[in-house]
Amino acid sequence: MIKGKFIDNIGKIYGIYTGGFLAFVALMAVLEQAGVSAQAIGIMFVAFTILIYAMIGYLSRTMQVDAYYVAGRQVPTVYNGMATAADWMSGASFVALAGGVYFGGYGYLAFIVGWTGGYVLVASLMAPYLRKFGCYTVPDFIGTRYGGNVARFCAVLVLVLASFTYVTAQINATGTIATRALGIPFEAGVWIGLSGILLCSMLGGMRAVTWTQVAQYIVLIVAYLVPVIWMSNKQGFGIIPHFGYGEAVARIGELETLHGIGELKPTEKFAGLKALTVKHAHASDSALASWKFVTLVLCMMLGTASLPHILMRYFTTPSVRAARQSVAWSLFFIFLLYFTAPALATLTKLQVLDPELATGIIGKAIADVELLEWVQKWSEAGFLKVSDSNGDGLLQINEFFMRTGIVVLATPEIAGLPYVISGLVAAGGMAAAMSTADGLLLAIANALSHDLYYKIIDPMADTKKRLIVARVLLVVIGAAGALVASLKLTGILGAVAWAFNFANSGLFFPLVLGVWWKRANKQGAIAGILGGLIAGTAYLYYVRFAGGEPWIGLDHLRFGVIGMAVSLVLTVVVSLLTEEPDEETQRMVHEIRIPRGKTVLDVSH
Amino acid sequence: MSQNNNEHWQRTRRLMFTTLGVWFVFSYLLHWFGNALNEVTFLSFPLGFYMAAQGSLIVFVVLLFWFAHAQNKIDEEFEVHEVDDLDNN
Repeated sequence: MIKGKFIDNIGKIYGIYTGGFLAFVALMAVLEQAGVSAQAIGIMFVAFTILIYAMIGYLSRTMQVDAYYVAGRQVPTVYNGMATAADWMSGASFVALAGGVYFGGYGYLAFIVGWTGGYVLVASLMAPYLRKFGCYTVPDFIGTRYGGNVARFCAVLVLVLASFTYVTAQINATGTIATRALGIPFEAGVWIGLSGILLCSMLGGMRAVTWTQVAQYIVLIVAYLVPVIWMSNKQGFGIIPHFGYGEAVARIGELETLHGIGELKPTEKFAGLKALTVKHAHASDSALASWKFVTLVLCMMLGTASLPHILMRYFTTPSVRAARQSVAWSLFFIFLLYFTAPALATLTKLQVLDPELATGIIGKAIADVELLEWVQKWSEAGFLKVSDSNGDGLLQINEFFMRTGIVVLATPEIAGLPYVISGLVAAGGMAAAMSTADGLLLAIANALSHDLYYKIIDPMADTKKRLIVARVLLVVIGAAGALVASLKLTGILGAVAWAFNFANSGLFFPLVLGVWWKRANKQGAIAGILGGLIAGTAYLYYVRFAGGEPWIGLDHLRFGVIGMAVSLVLTVVVSLLTEEPDEETQRMVHEIRIPRGKTVLDVSH
Repeated sequence: MSQNNNEHWQRTRRLMFTTLGVWFVFSYLLHWFGNALNEVTFLSFPLGFYMAAQGSLIVFVVLLFWFAHAQNKIDEEFEVHEVDDLDNN
């Protein structure tokens, strides 16, 4: 059936894979009807998908440097788009995004705008030029463009800090899902999640991660869209709810007045759980609120364009032209999920709020609500709490507490969909968290093995030694990430937003100016990277841990504004105060602006 | 730098600034006035909500495909495009 090279048959292979996955879902649905337990179906979903990824990882094993670091630079445009989308959409996007809109309303949409619009910067300022440069890692570009090991080392530092913050959140998410689906303790779930992640990446590096990420994208997007479409159909919003849920937004507006949302504040507190207190579509009505919205958008966008695990995906395309098109495809595939999340949040909210729907619970008798199966199940898991604070026997909006992540995970049950859909959602969340964790771990391990070990410590190392070091580092960093995750230090989303701010504080301007400003030199870059990172981190410490008052609304989610401002000023001023880069460097910058011709760095370096 | 490459870079820069101009409007300018936009109804959505939840996103996707196309045209016009995708390997 399949002859010749993998790349030539790629459409056929992923077509069969998608068909196989859908057949598996159908089989699970049949088994559910036949009386197989929900627990068993959950286990089969997670186990089957991880097995497939591990198999792809094994088949993509390699001992070649350019295959390991940049997948041999032959990933077709559209597939690289899918892989980037999976790389990008983390456990947080999958699990927490809709929940964020549910609780945060309009204000939270800043994340949705920020996490998509950043790709405009990736395409227009970075990806094609870095591809022409021919680097293996982001510090590889910084180190060669600016020259010297100090700049390279500084870039490695920012990369490790940003990516490690991010990866612990992903390993945490895989742990949470494995725990729920397999019914094991969280600490064990974290290590099982990690083994799955390493199976995908260890043997084949970037090549293996690319092909598993494409597979993971297919699972995660099916898992995200199916429940929404199903629910929308049940509620009469049509097969594609995305353009027709405007009426639901309007209806929620009426219900908010009815239930007193925004006025009734909770009188009790439950750790990790929230009651709904924000109006859904209520936009920024003051200059400060608008400022907070746009600064969050800014931090997320510029963070997107500086996160190494995203930028390095565009090193794998066959050409500069393909890199540009691939960014557009990436955004398209990301868009499919991101414009669904607010629809999901809106429809779920309507289910819960509307007393005219069978599923509505606000305003009903608490005794009845507590009898609902999904309320019982998620209360037991500690994700939900119903508490009659005012003792009137009815459920008010300020007496209903939930965890953010529950909106995606419990929606199938809230809407009364069969369990097979919940199993599918668990598999999708697992795919999202694993694929991002893979990309991040690889970004860290590659920077340490290529930039720190090979370029700085042991430039004489042979290929075999380099690739063994790369793999050992991958396992060590993964284990460190799992260890930190098992300590449960931060919520999933706090850490993710921080990663973006670390990345933009240290890397955004040195990267952009490295391409667009020939005059930027080594001293400027070093000052920009370190200065931005230190200023940003110091401000984060001030505002988050030292109890400082935020300056004009710049809280811990927006510390990148401070870091980036310092980074920009230092890079420019220090560059101008010191001598201009030598002719060789200027020629290099000139070279990356012309798509035609050889890459600046050799194919294998 | 040759005359041809110089002009190619001028055009590339101009395209970059145009792209970022559109990006700026749909990332920041519009959302600054979210409250005022919400007074308008679009597809039965409040417009401010719609733009942040969907409208800006659609603009970004279309913008990127257009950008890739426009940059390719510039590269071809100045004959600095890659002749064959495998040329660089």
